[in-house]
Amino acid sequence: MSVVSMTVNGKPASADVEARTLLVQFIREQLGLTGTHVGCDTSQCGACVVHVDGRAVKSCTMLAVQAEGADILTIEGLAKNGELHPVQAAFREHHGLQCGFCTPGMIMTAVDMIRRIPELDEETVRDELEGNICRCTGYHNIVKAILAASQEMR
Amino acid sequence: MYQFNYERPKTLADAEALLAKADDPKILAGGQTLIPTLKQRLAMPSDLIDIGGIKDLDFIRAEGDAVMIGAATRHAKVAQSADVKKHNPALAALAAGIGDPAVRHMGTLGGSIANNDPAADYPAACLALDAKIHTTKRLIEADEFFKGMFETALQDSEIIKEVTFPHPEKAAYMKFRNPASRYAMVGVFVSKGPWGIRVAVTGAGQNGVFRVAEMEEALAKNWSPDAVANIKVPARGLNADLHGTAEYRAHLVTVMAKRAVAAAG
Ligand SMILES: Cc1cc2nc3c(=O)[nH]c(=O)nc-3n(C[C@H](O)[C@H](O)[C@H](O)COP(=O)(O)OP(=O)(O)OC[C@H]3O[C@@H](n4cnc5c(N)ncnc54)[C@H](O)[C@@H]3O)c2cc1C
Ligand code: FES
Ligand code: FES
Repeated sequence: MSVVSMTVNGKPASADVEARTLLVQFIREQLGLTGTHVGCDTSQCGACVVHVDGRAVKSCTMLAVQAEGADILTIEGLAKNGELHPVQAAFREHHGLQCGFCTPGMIMTAVDMIRRIPELDEETVRDELEGNICRCTGYHNIVKAILAASQEMR
Repeated sequence: MYQFNYERPKTLADAEALLAKADDPKILAGGQTLIPTLKQRLAMPSDLIDIGGIKDLDFIRAEGDAVMIGAATRHAKVAQSADVKKHNPALAALAAGIGDPAVRHMGTLGGSIANNDPAADYPAACLALDAKIHTTKRLIEADEFFKGMFETALQDSEIIKEVTFPHPEKAAYMKFRNPASRYAMVGVFVSKGPWGIRVAVTGAGQNGVFRVAEMEEALAKNWSPDAVANIKVPARGLNADLHGTAEYRAHLVTVMAKRAVAAAG
């Protein structure tokens, strides 16, 4: 066991972990931030996507110790002062979710893509969602929500 | 996952010392292959030596007639690099097509070629672009590096430091993706450069990436999609799985080669 320390949603967080503890386990089980989901545990579905130093990564495919000193943003850190983040608001407005299981990962991926790509079009959004699987919505409204949020955040 | 010790050295020298000391160590780069492997308990290393903290391994430099890329450079960085886009746009496009954004934010060049998955993209680029692979022990030509499925010329505890990609005159990579995994069902990288003409195929061969001499000769006489349109690789020795038969893959090699030559212009 060793102590790992990082910043999570702007606050310092540290805990004793095994080397084999995944970042997603640290976030969910040690910090109790259960908004980040585990859909597959085989690096395919993207339900576990969080931002590490500003980049979207699959937290089920990273060790907690690899994130030592890093700045982590999870779905819980998006809303500010009780106001939904524009991407969250767009998912609600455009029915970008049904069961909601994939939604945290979808939204974290969307925020990352909007930051990297100023001029999003439908094809790019679909391409960028390659690593996020949704079994409910058929993606259509997710794409709509991301395009709307990207317009609004410009 | 089984238990292991974890080390994050800051320098190559420290990494080498840690590798030499440990019982059965493994290098950890982006973890996008190794961590899933550990989760499935398909490997039981005593120690993981994480090279992600070694700054000297993360760079892209254009120098003379080549681009040098550090082994721990992420796919996303290669895809966006102005130097790579300018001198070797086919390589930038290949990196941009690996997996998905989250995988590209973590996965590295060195990890990809050290792993030598028979369906991985970078091995095709290395072979087709006559790349030089620099390790902590020596320089290995791409032609000598890839030894078979998940097999390379690397020795235990040999670390890839950087890969030199000479600029091609013309090059393109065409990948027929497996729609679920995003890996190549078949990917063909064609190039023309100081090394002559090369055609490298990934995704198809049971022994990993390979060159197609017959296509290379035909393109040397006539650089056009038509030159390869009637050249078929034998289905024997190609992968067959639930995604496609060996015959299907053989057919795709010709189709992708044609498209790649057309795209290279
Ligand atoms: C969902 C998903 C989709 C993917 N799709 C694709 C795809 O379409 N195309 C593709 O090509 N790949 C794909 N990959 C694999 C991805 O590109 C990996 O990043 C890559 O194969 C391994 O790189 P890594 O840095 O993550 O290495 P790691 O997983 O950390 O290591 C892989 C192996 O390489 C060794 N190693 C790492 N660095 C070095 C070094 N410098 N010197 C010596 N040995 C080293 C390690 O010991 C280990 O054995 C995908 C992965 C996932 C999870
Ligand atoms: S839980 Fe991480 S990718 Fe599915
Ligand atoms: S809303 Fe149910 S999995 Fe996407």
